[in-house]
Amino acid sequence: MREPGDDAGAGSTVWWLRLASPQAFFPLAGRMIPWFTWLAAASGAAGLYVAFFVAPTDAQQGEAYRIIFIHVPAAWMSMFLYVVMAGWAGLGLVLNTRLSGMMASALAPTGALFSFIALWTGALWGKPTWGTWWVWDARLTSELILLFLYLGFIALKAAIPDPVRSDRAGAILALLGVVNVPIIYFSVQWWNTLHQGASVSLTRAPSMAAAMLAGMLLMAFAAWMYSIAVSLARVRAIIRSREREMAWLRAQRAAA
Amino acid sequence: MSWGSLDAFLAMGGYGLYVWGSYAVTALAIALEVWLVARRGAAA
Repeated sequence: MREPGDDAGAGSTVWWLRLASPQAFFPLAGRMIPWFTWLAAASGAAGLYVAFFVAPTDAQQGEAYRIIFIHVPAAWMSMFLYVVMAGWAGLGLVLNTRLSGMMASALAPTGALFSFIALWTGALWGKPTWGTWWVWDARLTSELILLFLYLGFIALKAAIPDPVRSDRAGAILALLGVVNVPIIYFSVQWWNTLHQGASVSLTRAPSMAAAMLAGMLLMAFAAWMYSIAVSLARVRAIIRSREREMAWLRAQRAAA
Repeated sequence: MSWGSLDAFLAMGGYGLYVWGSYAVTALAIALEVWLVARRGAAA
């Protein structure tokens, strides 16, 4: 018998659609968390080792450049997570799946965290290299707007008690905000900014030493793995609280 | 990259405040997030 709140996913014969139901995703997420946690810890440790003991001193910036190993991965992650969050939110808007809105909610705090880290490390890097903690230039300002978009998304969803309406309103805000991501990314090309251009791009050879690049990519990988692990843990908490009155969770609590 | 001494490592060529300020706040922020998520998971 179908329980109220079961969406199409739960009864589907397509296996990956079945995973789109919170009930099926909950234990799967639980099994995946340790793997992503270990991958994050291992690649983070390797990345830090390369960052401090392998990568050479920068000819122009001395040791100050070592901030890059957190700054760039955090900035990448903050933009990428926003796109993924908006993608989940949009999917929920179109398909009406319960899990989508929960996934979007689970990603927002981690995205906000990485935006904050990118801004904070940027300020600490800007002071010794540019002589200022902050300038209102295109790159810095659009990254600050990204942080406010994350915080606005969290606040908006928290302000609407009904989960369906909350997911919908959040999705619209998230989708409108997507426009900011290419603005951040291309800001250093579109406007004359103090911020330097990309050191790493897909279309040309990176303009940095191999060890520096390796350290940065390891830290970026660690940031990815961390984001997945912590978002899965958060989505489990969200599923637990949103679905607590549903039969499958009640049965699980009774069994525990 | 060989630093020679712990002091040299901590000094970061005179940029210690900026480099360690970045890494310390990042570590704190991540620790805070992990703690909040763990607490939320336990409470729910």
